[in-house]
Amino acid sequence: MNLFIASVQRDLLVHFRHPSEVLNPLVFFIVVISLFPLGIGPEPGQLKEIAPGIVWVAALLATLMSMDSMFRSDFEDGSLEQIVLSEQSTFIFVLAKVVSHWLLSGLPLVLLMPLAALLLFLDEAGVWALTLSLLLVSPTLSLLGGIGAALTVGLPRGGLLVTILVMPLYVPVLVLATAMVQAAEAGSETTGYVYWLLAILLGSVCLAPIATAAAVNVATDQ
Amino acid sequence: MLQVRNAGCERDERLLFEDLSFSLSPGELLQVVGGNGSGKSTLLRVLLGLYTECYGDIDWALDRPPLYLGHRLGIKQSLTVIENLRWFGVLREEAVNETRIEEAVYKLGLSGFEDSLCSHLSEGQRKRVALGQFLIIDNPCWVMDEPFSAIDADGLSFLMAILQEHLDVNGGIIISTHQPITIDRPINTLALQ
Repeated sequence: MNLFIASVQRDLLVHFRHPSEVLNPLVFFIVVISLFPLGIGPEPGQLKEIAPGIVWVAALLATLMSMDSMFRSDFEDGSLEQIVLSEQSTFIFVLAKVVSHWLLSGLPLVLLMPLAALLLFLDEAGVWALTLSLLLVSPTLSLLGGIGAALTVGLPRGGLLVTILVMPLYVPVLVLATAMVQAAEAGSETTGYVYWLLAILLGSVCLAPIATAAAVNVATDQ
Repeated sequence: MLQVRNAGCERDERLLFEDLSFSLSPGELLQVVGGNGSGKSTLLRVLLGLYTECYGDIDWALDRPPLYLGHRLGIKQSLTVIENLRWFGVLREEAVNETRIEEAVYKLGLSGFEDSLCSHLSEGQRKRVALGQFLIIDNPCWVMDEPFSAIDADGLSFLMAILQEHLDVNGGIIISTHQPITIDRPINTLALQ
């Protein structure tokens, strides 16, 4: 527990001192969203229809942008091998890394969501559904992305490889999340989708850190 | 505290060492020597279990893993000296009190740099921060990979003093270095080809 808290604090402090890594994906997210009305044209009806898809794809890409750096600096400065050596639970450390990644990349996206929805003329029901779906899904994105980040951390340039590894895992949540928003806009029941997304989140919390911890052990074995 | 029998290791289809047998007892210092690329660092990593593509028996008789100073120092550039030292304590699950950390900072010759980010320090100063873990954590065994590189003359004599102190309290040390170690204790040498 001590390691968990200390590790989250350490990550937040490091990123607070060098915020560019955190801000870049957020700026990217807003830029992508604001380009669509310019490219497609400002008719509210048309934009509203494709808004869930646009917002979700932009959120996914923004998350992927920040994924590669999850373990990289710890690997390069030797912190990772000290963790492995110290016989502290790698599972707890990895979980702490995922939590701080979510606090720094997932949560800000959730907070930006209403603004993004406004740019695309989503109505109130759509905004709420979109924000809720991102709140449910963004931890899953960090958890699953951690596996890819840990697997590629030993490679000099893992950026694109992370995307290729992790994208297939993201597809189910992307499909469910956009379906949920569309259902909400059409005024129908969304509880089923919420349960599904929660189930995937809980499954990821239990399983993803195990895979990530194993990948971290492999990465430091050199 | 350490018994190694018939250890061997190949890396990139090149034999680094084979049939190595040696031991380390409390109060002993083992110096690993050898040219560049002879596998000194790899041997240390093999001993610590950080590199597993090897064979042979490596038995530690310790209740906790040894402290390790590697080529990658394990300190964060964007944390301060104090924050990095505290992190070493967290890693080893030791409640390190602040006076001990302050003392270590003073001994390391980093007074006045307590709250400087490690990215603003020189190479030698960063090495001193990483060496701080040996001062703030009690551990029977130290494993050090090239601890003397980038360290100045003052630092060198300080390091020799803490090595001596550690051996005096029956600690064990494994060190890889090209430098002569000047302590009045018998030194076991392990030469790699």
